[in-house]
Amino acid sequence: MYQYDKYDQQMVDTRVEEFRDQTRRRLSGELSEEKFRPLRLMNGLYLQLHAYMLRVAVPYGTLSGAQMKALGDIADKYDRGYGHFTTRQNIQYNWIKLEDAPEILADLAKVEMHAIQTSGNCIRNISSDHFAGAAADEIIDPRPYAELLRQWSSFHPEFSYLPRKFKIAVIASDTDRAAMRLHDIGIQMVRNDAGEIGCAFYVGGGMGRTPMVAPLINAFVPLDELITYSEACLRVYNRHGRRDNKYKARIKILVHEMGKDEYTRQVEEEFTHLKAQGIEPPLAELARIEPYFADPAFKTGIVDEIASDAPDFALWVGRNTVLHKAPGYVSAVISLKPVGGIPGDASADQIRLMGDLATEYSFDECRVMHTQNIVLPHVEKGRLKELYDTLAANGLAAPNLDTIEDIIACPGLDYCSLANARSIPVAQKISERFAGNGKTAALGELKLKISGCINACGHHHAGHIGILGVDKKGVENYQLLLGGSEAQDTSLGKITGPGFDEDGIVDAVEKATDVYLEKREDGERFLDTYRRIGMDPFKEAIYG
Amino acid sequence: MKILTGNDLKTGDVTWWDGQGWSRHVNDAVDVGAMADEIAAREEAARNVVSAYAIDATTDADGIRPAHIKDRIRALGPTVRPDLTLKPADPEAGNWVI
Repeated sequence: MYQYDKYDQQMVDTRVEEFRDQTRRRLSGELSEEKFRPLRLMNGLYLQLHAYMLRVAVPYGTLSGAQMKALGDIADKYDRGYGHFTTRQNIQYNWIKLEDAPEILADLAKVEMHAIQTSGNCIRNISSDHFAGAAADEIIDPRPYAELLRQWSSFHPEFSYLPRKFKIAVIASDTDRAAMRLHDIGIQMVRNDAGEIGCAFYVGGGMGRTPMVAPLINAFVPLDELITYSEACLRVYNRHGRRDNKYKARIKILVHEMGKDEYTRQVEEEFTHLKAQGIEPPLAELARIEPYFADPAFKTGIVDEIASDAPDFALWVGRNTVLHKAPGYVSAVISLKPVGGIPGDASADQIRLMGDLATEYSFDECRVMHTQNIVLPHVEKGRLKELYDTLAANGLAAPNLDTIEDIIACPGLDYCSLANARSIPVAQKISERFAGNGKTAALGELKLKISGCINACGHHHAGHIGILGVDKKGVENYQLLLGGSEAQDTSLGKITGPGFDEDGIVDAVEKATDVYLEKREDGERFLDTYRRIGMDPFKEAIYG
Repeated sequence: MKILTGNDLKTGDVTWWDGQGWSRHVNDAVDVGAMADEIAAREEAARNVVSAYAIDATTDADGIRPAHIKDRIRALGPTVRPDLTLKPADPEAGNWVI
């Protein structure tokens, strides 16, 4: 994985000292809150419902074992012994003291991490496929290009004050595991008819109050024009994006109102102009980055079978391990969704343990999934049982990847000052309901996502089943959506009808799943059945 | 009644104006009537509190009850982590916010 050079480290260290001075001046009264607020937000420090919250960037979700362990140490030293992994492959701490924040950033800098650009109207953390470099179906490892984009977007002077925040995802397989088309820019590495690798650009996607699926604006941008084309996309947005209304300020609104064809025309025009400026980084920089993402030293001739008669282990293997490109290896997913637990939360001890396991079993590397789980990307099949035993002994072996118990949930009104309703208790009740009724296995792949407000941090639009919490005259109310997807078949869910209270939404979800179990045909997932039979049978069961 | 709440500048803790200073406990809050803006401005300038704002509240047998669920959760702590609320010994404390 990438390691800082002296420039990266100097930039981060300088920012730490800058923020240390800003914090000192705030606490001494030299800076008002009005002046300090944008400065702390530039360093990922929010004021949330109960305390300051620090969001730490995890570039494209990749962490070394030492970095993961440092995150656990921070949870113990400065927070209340846990952290929350987010849907942007980052981690958040909920109980930070302002006076500690500079020291936390200094601790992060020691392990080549920071919280820069995890807030504000700038280019946020670049996200990617959590199985990058391990997936059997990718055409190239997307992470060197994600890293190039990270370097380009870090402190980019022209794009530090965009009309609104800006999110980019990079993938390199036809299977979309990063919700690519629901980003401001989604980039898919593709191969053209001549066998060359380039980038397909999808621009103008997003969730939030106006969800949109990004249209394709260019099917093939050569790899050595990736940054220039990205710059052109941003420039047109920065020029025309609305700054008068924050609810219409995202690029999806611009692309929609301007029209995809006109937006694309302007991007191409800007691209032609920029190419003459020579802003593309030299290929030598990409050549410097790529070796950091070279395959680890996979063993050859090792056992390619997973042998165990233990049913719990077999269940976990079947559900939580994924095909790897190297014989004898799998990617193993550590679920942070125990039955009745808080999706994405892990204790300091668990975080440190996952760091140790990354070092011991996965070439010192782990990944944060946008679904709030952790991946050990390269695990020998022959060592899976001992890994599983350790996970099971520490509450980390829930066998539920991509099932109805593997729920994405935003922090909701339990933590978030923007939320209208709590998300976590609903997730807890649903996972308990389905663990109790034994339907989880029969339901198979079923992605359920919950947001506590229209900002959609819980990706409710993209859930096969989505839940949106709203405030109905001061009372929490939950709307049910069906038919969303954030995969390669991206679609937006539709609201079934009137909302429910907390217990009612759990009942409604079970009724919807019962319709699927009754109506499904061979091989159909919940989403497939919904798409085939439409909304009416579900509405009838839920409201009839 | 109108009560005044904010966050401690240094720690971020949720606090309530008790007439003399800032308390972590909502039951210490006092009715600030029409004085909310004046108190908030003075206390923010003194760096005792940040993001202060007035809310509606009522009193009942359990004490002071903020009118909106968001402020009840602020007053208690996260309902999904009873151990981190102001009533860690009461696993049912979360029911108070509903």
